[in-house]
Amino acid sequence: MRIRALAIRIIRQFLRDKRTLALLFLAPLLILSLMKLVFAGQSVSPAIGIIDIPPSLASKFEGTNATITDYKTNESAYSALEEGKLDAILQFTGDTPELLLEGSDPSINKAVLLFLQSSLQTGNSGIALSIHYLHGGPDMAPFDSFGPVLIGFFSFFFVFILAGVSFLRERTSGTLERLLTTPIRRSEVVLGYLTGFGIFTLLQATLIAWFSVDVLGLYMVGNIGSILLINLLLSLTALTLGTLLSSFASSEFQIIQFIPIVIVPQAFFSGLFNLDAMNPWLQKLSYIMPLKYGADAMKGIMIRGEGWNDYQLDVYVLVGFSLVFAILNVLALKKHRSM
Amino acid sequence: MSTNVHNSNPEIAAVDLKDISRTFHSRTVLSNISLSIPRGELFGLLGPSGSGKTTLIKIMTGIDRSDAGSVHMLGVPMPQLSMLQSFGYMAQSDALYNELTGKQNLSFFGAMFGLKGALLKERIQMATDLVDLSQHLHRGVSTYSGGMKRRLSLAIALLHEPKLLILDEPTIGIDPVLRKSIWMELTALSKQGVTIIVTTHAMDEAMKCDRLGLIRDGKLIAVNTPQAIIESAGCSTLEDAFIALGQKGGAEQ
Repeated sequence: MRIRALAIRIIRQFLRDKRTLALLFLAPLLILSLMKLVFAGQSVSPAIGIIDIPPSLASKFEGTNATITDYKTNESAYSALEEGKLDAILQFTGDTPELLLEGSDPSINKAVLLFLQSSLQTGNSGIALSIHYLHGGPDMAPFDSFGPVLIGFFSFFFVFILAGVSFLRERTSGTLERLLTTPIRRSEVVLGYLTGFGIFTLLQATLIAWFSVDVLGLYMVGNIGSILLINLLLSLTALTLGTLLSSFASSEFQIIQFIPIVIVPQAFFSGLFNLDAMNPWLQKLSYIMPLKYGADAMKGIMIRGEGWNDYQLDVYVLVGFSLVFAILNVLALKKHRSM
Repeated sequence: MSTNVHNSNPEIAAVDLKDISRTFHSRTVLSNISLSIPRGELFGLLGPSGSGKTTLIKIMTGIDRSDAGSVHMLGVPMPQLSMLQSFGYMAQSDALYNELTGKQNLSFFGAMFGLKGALLKERIQMATDLVDLSQHLHRGVSTYSGGMKRRLSLAIALLHEPKLLILDEPTIGIDPVLRKSIWMELTALSKQGVTIIVTTHAMDEAMKCDRLGLIRDGKLIAVNTPQAIIESAGCSTLEDAFIALGQKGGAEQ
């Protein structure tokens, strides 16, 4: 009897909370769809540049799934490799074929090597391939490649939850109401939160970066200051987004519900998984995800040693996201005080 | 920031409401309320739960806007952010940061009103002496009893010497001795020219007010001195008068 009553009460509560209901049924579908799109899309096709390859060899590449581009000069091929348009360059020095891999992503390295092995083997056995790397090296593990993305992801994730829950607490405990009976401006409330959390965020970013590089031994050739800057900006975006979305949650539980909606899709699009296999049209979704910009910059700095000129666009986008979220936050506070 | 934007002419009423109405999603919470409270008055707001007392208070302070009518506080049209400097507001919920100590709570809200240094220290001392909380300032608020939290909340509202004090059920959970001393202090403050608006359900407290306003279903059904209200209802106690007027007000609808 009691059990039945309890069950009915829970069902009624669920039915009243449409969002929890939607989460229960729709979120798993969303995540499963994403996984399917990422893992079961088109197969990865390596982009290889060739310089002065004997025609007999070049003909072997015809009809394969690789994108082969013939470069006239070394310079044009190298710059294409640096810009990430190519995955590798194949050329001959004397009789030995020489392969220069871009190197940032071990899974692409493997795909290129596999492709060359299978296409060169037929009829032309015994050629020793000399392999070089533009970035990274043969020892680079997959973790070195997605480690930088994980650093950004965890900063984003935890700051988002923390900011969301604490701003919600401020609301449910009545202290926000009390705070708003003082002459503080709404923008000051948001900026105060940004500053207070910003300090912890900076500490967190430093700790995570130090731990990943010095303790976990993550591959790192860039500037540690750049890493901290990007991580801080990424956390700031998480902070402003977390406080903004907490306006639309009425309990801690509802903050948790934002994880599969806001956090998980970003993980998919941020570079943890190779998106080359995904429908190009869907790949464009990554442009609205803050984590993508942070992760791109982190990866560039840590693996390719990129400088300000290379990642400045990511910085501008992250600052832009934070600004937009912060302004929306100020507007959302109008719900609690008319002025 | 200027703290004296309002008109300090004592002739101008502390509260001046004209034809205030407020609706939430087509539900009328307040309708056609007009009320004037002179400076230094201790005004009691009485009414059953859900009658619109809190909404009325929020409109006075500018936290909320009325849909119709005009609100002037200390002569200044509302809402006006800088006016919050002149108000002290204590809501029904204690709204304290439980992770902090009593003193940290006071310092935080003091800072919000621009108090700092020696002045802040002095004001904290005065406000906490008043509510008899000075010995417990360095304890975490999470260890406070319900009555202590209420007293701390009151101390915060008094901290910046507001010209208008709005207290939403200030003495709930406070023992009779302290309750008496708090009411003595409120009376003293109003003698000094501080306008005080108190909501209460306790009739003995209502009797101590200069005037009372009775709200029912969003309408102000009576405004007068406690004695006059009892007489006009033809009853012997305020409690009976409150019930009688409430029924009459309901029947008129």
